[in-house]
Amino acid sequence: MAKKLMKGCEAVAEAAIQAGCRFFFGYPITPQNDIPEYMSARLPKVGGCFLQAESEVAAINMVYGASGSGARVMTSSSSPGVSLKMEGISYLAAAELPCVIVNMMRGGPGLGSIQASQGDYFQTTKGGGHGDYHVIALAPSSVQEAIDLMQDAFDLADVYRTPVMMLADGIIGQMMEPVEFHPAESKRVLPEKTWAAKGWDAASGRPRAIINSLYIETEELQELNDRLQARYDAIKANETRCELYNCDNAEIILTAYGTISRICKSAIALAAQEGIKVGLVRPITIWPFPTQEVHDVICAPNVKAALNVEVSAGQMLEDVRLAVNGEKTVEFLGRPGSFVPTAEDILNRIKEMRRA
Amino acid sequence: MLEQNIFAGFGGQGVLLMGKLLAEAGMFEGREVTWLPSYGPEMRGGTANCSVVISDEPVASPIVTRATTVVAMNEPSLDKFESCVLPGGKLFINSSIIGKKATRTDIDVYYVPCNEIADELGNSKVINLVMLGAYIAKTKCVEFESVLDALLETLGERKAHLIPLNREALNKGAASIE
Repeated sequence: MAKKLMKGCEAVAEAAIQAGCRFFFGYPITPQNDIPEYMSARLPKVGGCFLQAESEVAAINMVYGASGSGARVMTSSSSPGVSLKMEGISYLAAAELPCVIVNMMRGGPGLGSIQASQGDYFQTTKGGGHGDYHVIALAPSSVQEAIDLMQDAFDLADVYRTPVMMLADGIIGQMMEPVEFHPAESKRVLPEKTWAAKGWDAASGRPRAIINSLYIETEELQELNDRLQARYDAIKANETRCELYNCDNAEIILTAYGTISRICKSAIALAAQEGIKVGLVRPITIWPFPTQEVHDVICAPNVKAALNVEVSAGQMLEDVRLAVNGEKTVEFLGRPGSFVPTAEDILNRIKEMRRA
Repeated sequence: MLEQNIFAGFGGQGVLLMGKLLAEAGMFEGREVTWLPSYGPEMRGGTANCSVVISDEPVASPIVTRATTVVAMNEPSLDKFESCVLPGGKLFINSSIIGKKATRTDIDVYYVPCNEIADELGNSKVINLVMLGAYIAKTKCVEFESVLDALLETLGERKAHLIPLNREALNKGAASIE
């Protein structure tokens, strides 16, 4: 199939439909409005349902309902809107409901700005909502990668019965790149959704499906939590992904995710022109975090130090430092808000680190 | 090839479309491309701009801060982006509405009277294709026909009759700086 020039938001929406998503509930917010716009035009044509809810809170609870009945369902928003969805996401995690949530991050806190940012890493990977839960969080760095991850996002959600978040930013959402859609093929064995509430009759012989997140009895809640934690361990063991770029014999290692990792690659090219060997570790899953890979690359004998680059006050930085556990220095370059560092900024910092 | 372009002007000049046509033309010719628009309140009546990267390799950063070429369709864009051109790079100025000259001496500067040329062609909307013609004549990064293929995708068959006018705009733009 010929390549097509497509905007990130629209590509994400199309990829979701091709992955079997037939329900979308959302509420407008920049810079992700092209997702609901695309869904509103396309979903009715494939027998699906698009609904603009009265709020983000309503939308995420509609996701809960659709998922509870066994449907492939998605919502999307941008930072402040995702904050509003957090209660619902905790409920979805507790009720073990699969769904996909896309966050095209913008500057915060508060209503912030509409420009790209990476301030929602903590919210995405450390909870956001209440209770001991996690969501699988995928961080694409290109429009094509966002497409390629979308099929698996829905499959991961079904296999592990968990919400999956795609954490991108306004640049991925608004940028156009050439893309190719591959025929949607699930690479996983998807379990039958025997738990779904889609109509019951006595003759079926199966118990009523009850979708709930309230466990009054301490033991019952314990059982749920044990089950969730065991599942999170399995996800950590099986689903961690990252890209290692130019790491062999590098003296400085950069760590970055999403769009910023591409600016790091530009900086790596500039550094190479000056004879400086710099590598990059790019987490593709930010939860589960590629702790082992980050540790092994940064703690290699040839590496002098690491530099974590983010459009935040330093959020993923904490996971990188935990992975390295004091064995090497991990410095930070970034600012909260929407100021995206340039390749030259990164190169200058690399040179400073070498002089130190 | 690594062309890192900034196209800038005010809303309504077709600046974002100009960049998109170039990116799509590059894609048709088998290059790696990115198109990143400025978005937000500045697009309504104020300045609009987009970064377009065309490369033989996968594009690293889609954000252009040091440009091989800047296209300025209005004066605020010239003020904002002249300093972004890499030494030895190119700067295209829409001399129809930008009265002043570039201050840089370490780059190649081209003055294109886009509005006058478009008016001669009888359609003021084609100022962006006039400028694109001049841009391609000097950078040679895509063929005119690839741009017109991209334009046909945008226009659709129903408006295919506008292609000859736009081809003429590309040609006149190219001729204006020879």
